[in-house]
Amino acid sequence: MPIVSGSGQTRNNHQLNKGVWTESGAPAEAPFNVIGKRVPLKDAYRKVTGEGVYADDMKFPGMLHCRILRATTPHAKIISIDTSRAEALPGVRAVVTGRDAENRFGVLPVSQDEVAMARDKVIYNGEPVAAVAADTEEIAAEAIWLIDVKYEPLQEFLKPRDSLKEVAPELQLHEKVEKKHPNTNIHKAVDQEFGDVEAAFKEAGAIVSAEFKFDGISHGFTEPHAVIAHWDADDRLQLYTPQQVPHYTHRALAKVLELPMHQIQVIRTMVGGGFGGKSDPFQHEMIAALLSMRTRRPVKVTMDREETFLTGRGRHPTEGKLAMAFSKDGKLLALDSDVIIDGGAYGSFGVVSAYYNGVLSNGPYRIPAFRYHGKRIYSNRIPSGAMRGHGSVNPRYCTETLVDMAAVELGIDPCELRMRNFLESNTLTPFHKFRITSNGIREGLAEAMKRSDWKNKWGKLPYGHGIGVGCAWYISGSALPIHWNKLPQSTVHLKIDLDGGIAVHSLAADIGQGSDTVLAQCVAEVLGVDMDRIHVKSTTTDTAPIDLGSYSSRVTFMAGNAARAAAEEIRHKLADAAARLTGQRGEYFDFVNEELVCRSKPDVRVGFMEALHEAQADVGALIASGSYQSPPLGSTFKGSNAGLSPSYSFSAFICELKVDLETGFVQPLKVWAAHDCGKALNPLSVEGQIEGSVHMGLGQALTEQLRYRNGQLLNANFLDYKIPTPFDTPEIEVIIVESHDPEGPFGAKECGEGALAPVIPAIGNAIYDAVGVRMFEVPMTPDRILKAIEKKQREGK
Amino acid sequence: MAKQLLKLKVNGRDFEVAVEPYHTLAQVLRNELNLTGTKVGCDMGTCGCCTVHIDGKAKLSCLTLALECQGTSVHTIESLNEYQMHPLQKAFAECGGSQCGYCTPGFIMKSAELLAKNPDPTREEIKAALAGNLCRCTGFMKIYDAVEQAASELRQKTSDKPFPVRS
Repeated sequence: MPIVSGSGQTRNNHQLNKGVWTESGAPAEAPFNVIGKRVPLKDAYRKVTGEGVYADDMKFPGMLHCRILRATTPHAKIISIDTSRAEALPGVRAVVTGRDAENRFGVLPVSQDEVAMARDKVIYNGEPVAAVAADTEEIAAEAIWLIDVKYEPLQEFLKPRDSLKEVAPELQLHEKVEKKHPNTNIHKAVDQEFGDVEAAFKEAGAIVSAEFKFDGISHGFTEPHAVIAHWDADDRLQLYTPQQVPHYTHRALAKVLELPMHQIQVIRTMVGGGFGGKSDPFQHEMIAALLSMRTRRPVKVTMDREETFLTGRGRHPTEGKLAMAFSKDGKLLALDSDVIIDGGAYGSFGVVSAYYNGVLSNGPYRIPAFRYHGKRIYSNRIPSGAMRGHGSVNPRYCTETLVDMAAVELGIDPCELRMRNFLESNTLTPFHKFRITSNGIREGLAEAMKRSDWKNKWGKLPYGHGIGVGCAWYISGSALPIHWNKLPQSTVHLKIDLDGGIAVHSLAADIGQGSDTVLAQCVAEVLGVDMDRIHVKSTTTDTAPIDLGSYSSRVTFMAGNAARAAAEEIRHKLADAAARLTGQRGEYFDFVNEELVCRSKPDVRVGFMEALHEAQADVGALIASGSYQSPPLGSTFKGSNAGLSPSYSFSAFICELKVDLETGFVQPLKVWAAHDCGKALNPLSVEGQIEGSVHMGLGQALTEQLRYRNGQLLNANFLDYKIPTPFDTPEIEVIIVESHDPEGPFGAKECGEGALAPVIPAIGNAIYDAVGVRMFEVPMTPDRILKAIEKKQREGK
Repeated sequence: MAKQLLKLKVNGRDFEVAVEPYHTLAQVLRNELNLTGTKVGCDMGTCGCCTVHIDGKAKLSCLTLALECQGTSVHTIESLNEYQMHPLQKAFAECGGSQCGYCTPGFIMKSAELLAKNPDPTREEIKAALAGNLCRCTGFMKIYDAVEQAASELRQKTSDKPFPVRS
């Protein structure tokens, strides 16, 4: 895969050579040991052999099995729950209902609106109502159907606009709603206006606007939700769970169960895919814990695929009207957007989503006037939450489509129009003061244009065959922690004992993206040792220092920096030891290939183990702690925290495709995916993340949609919820743009999420190039495409 | 319905297990024989995570009733790592063909069947063979790379046949 150098930063000397080493005049371009190498994932061999242990693979002596009874109606009062027949069934050990856990929880402190099981009313079809722990799964499954729940139906809120209306208090889905809109089902409203939007539209040379609609989609990770809780003989709760964010689950468990946090240990099992769908604290985690505390036995919950869909937290169904103003020479003057996002039953990450849907449109282009009205509403549908590219993906489709429309209207090549408006590197966005450090988007787009032969294709391919472009940016970790406190966002501990193995303790969750591997690389690089020495221990809250976990594309940047900082502390100690052993005090030592080499006298060298044992004299195992905390960033207005990140990734994608004019079926032919991830610490993983993002974006673009009838999810399985197969997935040419971020570990930025958003508009714009219709509804299914083509033909006549 | 006795060979070892008539092969492998390398992703034949070999043919163990396997020889992902790691396993790890890893055993078992039948598949043939397996992480590219790398390694080794087709 090609690697293109981006503009922006030269690598900073201090990154690798902090402290005493900066005085040594070390060269800026130290040759890297493992950074930038194609390193297989640390846990890959466990995965390919089947040895890797996921939650459902675990068994404990005396383990009970749990099944959850779910609501069968979208909105209803619970008149009564009779569990007596279930309790009487032989083999049933415990039955719990909402009455057994009163405390509310939720991932955001401002939206504590979930309960372990519904209490007075159910608010979506599929909400947990009661749960059974029994000797076998079969008994548990039989028992839940013996629970008798009487409902009294309430008016349902299934269309987003219904949730905007004023209603009686008993029809509000949650007690706490947006202050500006009391007596409604609006969860959060965000209104921002900066610059003179009206004037910009008045003086514009071209105005483009459209109404857009997006269906909800699901993460579709392959491992269904599963969890095991064990209230052990020491009166401690051990919770084995495939969590992206063990720390938030830890907090929520403490709140719901009314236990001190130290009485709970959360143990992350292997995670069979997350993509944001395993980052909330979950009801099934609370349920398993309650049942285990009741029975004092291990309790396992394993959901089937339908329940996994019903647990939700996918991308918000979205509708909105957006408009952009351009000057005659193609300068972007203003963006005006007004959107409603359907949050479904719970708050989840929704307050953040409500902000992100607006503020993350302030890139990758400079926007001199900006207006955003966003409303996140509660409805009686499955809860929406954070999904890969959280909050940026749907608005990105809208703006990229509008930019394309403007290009046509102004008679400017769409890529050229984009080039005229990109943010520069080393700049702040005008209003939110998002700090743009390195930015390789120009190089990326230029390279994608070159490789795709854009100039000879765009507007020149035969009818039914088209090419389109989409650009995006994304945060490298949210700069603001969800829970306001003074702790660092990432802390990493190292321990090196006599054996020379390096234990890396962190609570950053490896969910398949390769975070364990990246942490190991950061440590191995600083200490100049083989990767085999490094053992990453990132599963248990008892031993791992708090890390805010795997969401918002934060791990490589934040935990990577923490790991590097910890390793540098050890490096100081080893360098001192080498100096003592060789008598070369005050000299710089390079750490390469398991040796410490005196820079001014390269034949003076000390083996890593020798230096280690010298450093351990009198103190024993070397231990070190490193941490990362975002610098103060941003502006001061209310809500200005949303979207802040120490760094941003940039991407520019081009897609070529064919549209079958008879069936409306779209066959993507190739995607050129240029992504600026700063320094690619592990190009193998970077490519994997980008290819995976393209595949997932392709699904949202063309086939994936959550379909409902009367509030019931119709396609909660992989047969009817269509994820692209190998035949639907075109060749993906990844172009890594390395722009070297000044603050990222070894210059790195994010690459796990930002690469999803640009695929969808690249496809939409390519469809326009192919058949001349603009798609304002996503996914762009064959029937929608045919309808648009027919409409255009009718209007043409 | 009472449990019935199922006699079968799994990974070369003879087993006699009492199983419910409604138990699937996947359930018996995972719950009774502790062979948890075989994963269940959808339980309805749509993801391919549970792929195993029954008498040398790749089958979905979530759609196969255990009692259908009476007298058969079943191989799971665990069988590929005896004495040395199978080139497919090595290649999936080295090429980045496994991210979260949950679909990986299924992909490897399906690929093993392909390579047994067709030692030098084209990319289109690999796609066709793997079309029933779902990977949500990789976008498939690195999986194709892995199958091609393993195929090439296996072709070089055919003289000493370290990985015979088992049945």
